[in-house]
Amino acid sequence: MSEKIFIAQGELTAMLERLSKEMDVWVPVEMGDEKWGIRFLPYHEDTIVVLDRQSTISPKNVVFPQVETLLRFRYQKDDNDPSKQRIDLKDRQDVSSALVFGARPCDVRGFHTFDQVFLNGRYKDPYYEQRREKTLFATLLCDTKDSACFCSSVGSGPGDREGSDLWIVPVDDGYVIQALNDKGRKLIPIMGKQATTEQIEKAQRIQEQVTAKRIGEYDLTRSARDFTDRFEDMDYWRDMVSKCISCGICTFVCPTCYCFNITDESRDLEGERIRSWDSCMFYHYTLEASGHNPRPEKFERYRNRVGHKFSYFPDTYSGMISCCGCGRCIRSCPVSIDIRRVVHHLKEAVDAEV
Amino acid sequence: MPKFESNPFRPELATIQDIIQETSNILTFRVVLNDEEKMREFSFQPGQVAQLSVFGVGESTFVINSPPTRKEYLQFSVMRTGEVTQRLHQLNIGDQIGVRAPLGNGFPVDQLKAHDILFIAGGIGMAPLRTLLLYMLDNRQDYGDILVIYGARSPEDLCYTYEFDEWRSGGVRLVLTVDREFPGWKKRVGFVPTVLTEEAPSSYNCIAVTCGPPIMIKFVLIGLKRLDFEDHQIITTLEKRMKCGIGICGRCNIGTKYVCVDGPVFSYEELRQMVPEI
Repeated sequence: MSEKIFIAQGELTAMLERLSKEMDVWVPVEMGDEKWGIRFLPYHEDTIVVLDRQSTISPKNVVFPQVETLLRFRYQKDDNDPSKQRIDLKDRQDVSSALVFGARPCDVRGFHTFDQVFLNGRYKDPYYEQRREKTLFATLLCDTKDSACFCSSVGSGPGDREGSDLWIVPVDDGYVIQALNDKGRKLIPIMGKQATTEQIEKAQRIQEQVTAKRIGEYDLTRSARDFTDRFEDMDYWRDMVSKCISCGICTFVCPTCYCFNITDESRDLEGERIRSWDSCMFYHYTLEASGHNPRPEKFERYRNRVGHKFSYFPDTYSGMISCCGCGRCIRSCPVSIDIRRVVHHLKEAVDAEV
Repeated sequence: MPKFESNPFRPELATIQDIIQETSNILTFRVVLNDEEKMREFSFQPGQVAQLSVFGVGESTFVINSPPTRKEYLQFSVMRTGEVTQRLHQLNIGDQIGVRAPLGNGFPVDQLKAHDILFIAGGIGMAPLRTLLLYMLDNRQDYGDILVIYGARSPEDLCYTYEFDEWRSGGVRLVLTVDREFPGWKKRVGFVPTVLTEEAPSSYNCIAVTCGPPIMIKFVLIGLKRLDFEDHQIITTLEKRMKCGIGICGRCNIGTKYVCVDGPVFSYEELRQMVPEI
């Protein structure tokens, strides 16, 4: 019982203040200028937290920064042989504990995809591992769907608590917050006062109502075979993707898109090897030095993105879809390509509609 | 700051011990890891690859083209093509590079035992096949007849010419071809697939191992099928743009397979089960 606390709307800032003394607290923030939308930033005293809408960009940057140093190198004179250089290499990183406050179930679900690839593959990514272990998620029950949302179509839902450490249910004038595991439990005493029975019951009712909701009309979880059957149907893919301008925003805002580039940046005798978000929507992504490109056309690149999420990934990771249904790619796409439609129609031709 | 227990992104530092000019645009680097113990204990399969680093420029993928049976150095043949290879070509003996290796799967050397082996290589495609060829020469009793069909644009574009005699004395039949007539060239003239058809080696108990430009592979496959090679009797090693080399960064996939960890070596049987996106 003592694990459920209540925070009134007016006490939220003070609570975040207390939490931010213990760890980095990442919250959804409106960037002043509307064109930047809402994104997750470290909390500070002037921050205005936005919890009534989904963030424009997912919080994947907390665990997987857009740009991250992998190595630092420095050329130095070799003391034993002054005509030669030696290289000093450093690969350490200093990561502090973090709490992502106010993410949605779809955002958290994105990290299931990341975990498979970065932690459970043949090699473990130590940079990701360190951040992942030190990051907690206080996730908001989601009652603000819009027409692009489709989390239930990919096996999740607005009340999906999987992967979260703390669970936030908005009630009339505040939030009932509950720990879902030991990591979350440790923060409860800092967060607030015990909720009343009435508040807990109310939160329970809301949880039940929201969990019963189905967001998204299609079932997209069993499309792997349909994808491979449709793979060589160039007309289908060309039709579906003809409007695409290869801008890559769908991958940028996507909570499950993890592809990255590695580049060296140097100045004089020292520099860094950095990794940064990349996008399979870009022509250069697969372009080889010889000039050969296995995915030179945009329909091939888009097809790979759809295949990765709805066919290759479930084929590799026992049926798991690497799409969390957040709808950001649909919302952000400048030419309104709708991945739900592309996947749903794999089964049957859609000549009439196109 | 915490130190990683292990970090697959961190290269081993290595020193260039020797550089051989193979052709106008291909250099062969012989490299030794600076950590003597790591060098001694370094083990790999023929066909496995390495990510070579020039710090400040970047990394690129190359096959280790010396065999595990010859461990004085690790050898890489590098064609000057992109940014990293351009910079590698400017390095000198004694210069420092980074090596992340071994990566990828390697040739199935045990499955190949007791078979006749047909190598079909075009241009720099000889680099990975050389590893396997030398490995077989060092374990000669395990393998049957070896035929190498090796083609390049011109006589000057053939690599490893200085060791052809060693190959031959190991019982290798070496068929060399160039794309067109050149003054003084007395060997075969014609594209590799054509020479394959002319040679018409028997597919009986034979495994074909091929590497070269995509267009060559395409016609070599047609030629091999005409000679009744079954899909499982054909092995190739692929190249893709790679970054992480450890199956994470996403770019070298062919459907569900990642060339950097599931490959680069695939049988034609495996390739036919993948999506056609090579």
